[in-house]
Amino acid sequence: MKGVNKSFPGVKALSDVNFELKAGEIHALLGENGAGKSTLIKVLGGIYIAEAGEIYINGQKVNIDGVLAAREAGISIVHQELVLVPYMTVAENIFLGREPGTKWNVDRHKMSEDAQKLLDAYDMHIDADSLVEHLTIAQRQMVEIVKAISFDAKILVLDEPTSSISDKEINFLFETMRNLTKQGVGIIYISHKMSELAEICDRVTVMRDGFTVGTRVVKETTTDELIALMVGRELTNYYTRDFTESDEVVLKCEHISDGKMVKDVSFELRKGEIVGFAGLVGAGRSETMKAVFGLTPGSKGEIEVKGRRVEINSPIDALKNGIALVPESRKDEGLYGVQSVRFNSTIEVLDEFIKNLRVDHAREEEITQTYIDKMATKTPSQEQQISNLSGGNQQKVMIGRWLATNPEILILDEPTRGVDVGAKAEIYSIMNELAKSGMSIIMISSELPEIINMSDRVYVMYEGNVTGCLNHVDVTQESIMQRAALSADAQTNDKES
Amino acid sequence: MGSKFKKGVVSYFKQNLGIIAAFIVMCLFLVVFPTTRTTFATSKNIFNILRQNASNLFLATGMTMVIILGGIELSVGSVIALSGCVAAGCVVNLGLPEIIGFLAAVVVGGIVGLFNAFFISNTDIPPFIVTLASMNIAKGVVLVFTQGVPIRCLTDAFKFPGVGYIGFIPVPVILMLIVFVLATIIMNRTQLGRHIYAVGGNTQAARFSGINVKKVKFIVYVYTGLMAGLAGVVVASRLYSGQPTAGDGAEMDAIAAVVVGGTSMSGGSGTLGGTLIGVLIIGVLNNGLNLLGVDSNWQYIVKGLVILLAVYIDWLRNKKAGK
Repeated sequence: MKGVNKSFPGVKALSDVNFELKAGEIHALLGENGAGKSTLIKVLGGIYIAEAGEIYINGQKVNIDGVLAAREAGISIVHQELVLVPYMTVAENIFLGREPGTKWNVDRHKMSEDAQKLLDAYDMHIDADSLVEHLTIAQRQMVEIVKAISFDAKILVLDEPTSSISDKEINFLFETMRNLTKQGVGIIYISHKMSELAEICDRVTVMRDGFTVGTRVVKETTTDELIALMVGRELTNYYTRDFTESDEVVLKCEHISDGKMVKDVSFELRKGEIVGFAGLVGAGRSETMKAVFGLTPGSKGEIEVKGRRVEINSPIDALKNGIALVPESRKDEGLYGVQSVRFNSTIEVLDEFIKNLRVDHAREEEITQTYIDKMATKTPSQEQQISNLSGGNQQKVMIGRWLATNPEILILDEPTRGVDVGAKAEIYSIMNELAKSGMSIIMISSELPEIINMSDRVYVMYEGNVTGCLNHVDVTQESIMQRAALSADAQTNDKES
Repeated sequence: MGSKFKKGVVSYFKQNLGIIAAFIVMCLFLVVFPTTRTTFATSKNIFNILRQNASNLFLATGMTMVIILGGIELSVGSVIALSGCVAAGCVVNLGLPEIIGFLAAVVVGGIVGLFNAFFISNTDIPPFIVTLASMNIAKGVVLVFTQGVPIRCLTDAFKFPGVGYIGFIPVPVILMLIVFVLATIIMNRTQLGRHIYAVGGNTQAARFSGINVKKVKFIVYVYTGLMAGLAGVVVASRLYSGQPTAGDGAEMDAIAAVVVGGTSMSGGSGTLGGTLIGVLIIGVLNNGLNLLGVDSNWQYIVKGLVILLAVYIDWLRNKKAGK
């Protein structure tokens, strides 16, 4: 791939990306969230069309203008989210859309036989006639890979295949990958886990902010060098933060667990500080906060608010204790899309203006306006349907909604995701003001610069545990990434503040 | 207060412009068309339309809430038959006073509502399936107990809710007003109303907002059951009997009224004001077709087309507004 460019409205996702894959090679693609890995893969797979750039396969220029063209060019992608049909058999899934037999009569016998042959060829102990819903996640992954290869793929892309499978299954996956390379298949391997690179990959290309910043031979590089490549961007200066130190603990959580993603998390939050939660996607940060906020039935742990032990079994309990949570996914967990800005702004504080079968419309408008002003939300009117606002303004309404509950503890989960740069700077400045006024803020973020420039302290999580707590003077991208990606040696040199 | 009221009226017309226009066009046509000129715009006929559509309005208020909630309620038609037969049965077979029969009928509607509410709020079974089941169960219960034979009840008190008058206004029209005001208060003047919009608009977000999603669903389905029970009383009273086949397909008329009234089937938005117009459009349509002497078999076809047309125009308007 040479000089590939791809833009989305307002964002340049890929800038002059160059990437090279040899036959029989396993080539890792590395980078932070949003670095452009997925976009690059989607261009290769024909899901996105690049605006500029050329793709050559075996020296020949190919024009990939759709998923079918990519498939014909010998490119197969196993996406992070599995896309098998759970209620069909393995064989049916492998041959979905190209069943053997005539148009009106599928040759089931041949289909299952062919599928079994493929499975056996890679030593996968999977029955072609079993239903996909009965398989483990790892087995499904294998089926996806077999399906991908069955298109006579010469180039196989695996997008974070190990994020949800166990060590034993990972070993089996690696074995399969090695088998494939012996047959000349080139594999592009996307992973956040640096430890896997040395084990399985030949070369590694690092992406950052839509650029390819370097390609290294795995044996000749070090983890530190790769991390430096990944995070070595210049920090922009739109952060506003007056760092503070405080001794007054307002929230203390001990041994939080939810039985799934969150294993044993303890942390504390002090008055007027912003505490960052860093970690990779899937580290259990959002899940921890959901448990604290009472959204996860069956979660365990002790929560103290201002020294007083509290029971939080629902968001209502959390709100009563002065805790507010602005969720991670605006669209899925926050917005009432068909409703107005006003409806969205006031849904948490209905009891302030709806009483005794009367709605105090003046009060409702006043509350809405207060937070429109406070957050500097740009909206033509309070009646505006919220889905017509920009992401940044939607996010401001979301934050305003929760500020209206007058929380002492504000949890912001990815507060600037999908928000343009201008609105980001405004949100940072508002967060700074809130903290200065005595509010205590927890900020979950996958953007390291944001974590580093806004947090008084940073907790780093890895696979459901806290792997470090850093003071703002000790926070560097490297110190965070080490704890977020390499759990093993990170836990030993924590600097507890 | 006066200006606020004016503002409300203005925004009501603005919001429902399309269907109000359609409604007016329809009425104007019937007022000027030769065969209906003398019959349509008489107080007798207008009260007649209102009386016949009272039960649909009861159902449609509940259905509006259910659909805003993102659900559906198919059992209300069967409940009309069930509660009507219960009312008549209490009077005729058990010798109870009419008022007890009516109350029992409404309570029976509430019980079916409870049944629906229980499964819909405590499990993930889709409301379509739950209410499809209860629709069949209710229908079966009626047929088992009546053996398919209507229970005739000709006492004056029994006829009161369906064909009686208070002053010069038919009782069902008064009931219609009461129900509409009650439903409007629930939707527009209580926190519950906001919660219904919130749960229907984004259930997950509602959970984050600390809204008791289960409770909201529960209340709405029980309310709808009670309204279906009340509709059964009025229908039975109008027919002087509990009819095992009354209310057949009534759920579809209610859904049609709600949808024509601009409520989105995907939940989260809609108004009772729109539903009121929807009920009137369907009522006037039925009445007009009768006055015009259109064959009853053809009436179904016309009704279907009008429903589609109304929703299509609404869709066009929204598409334009979205741009």
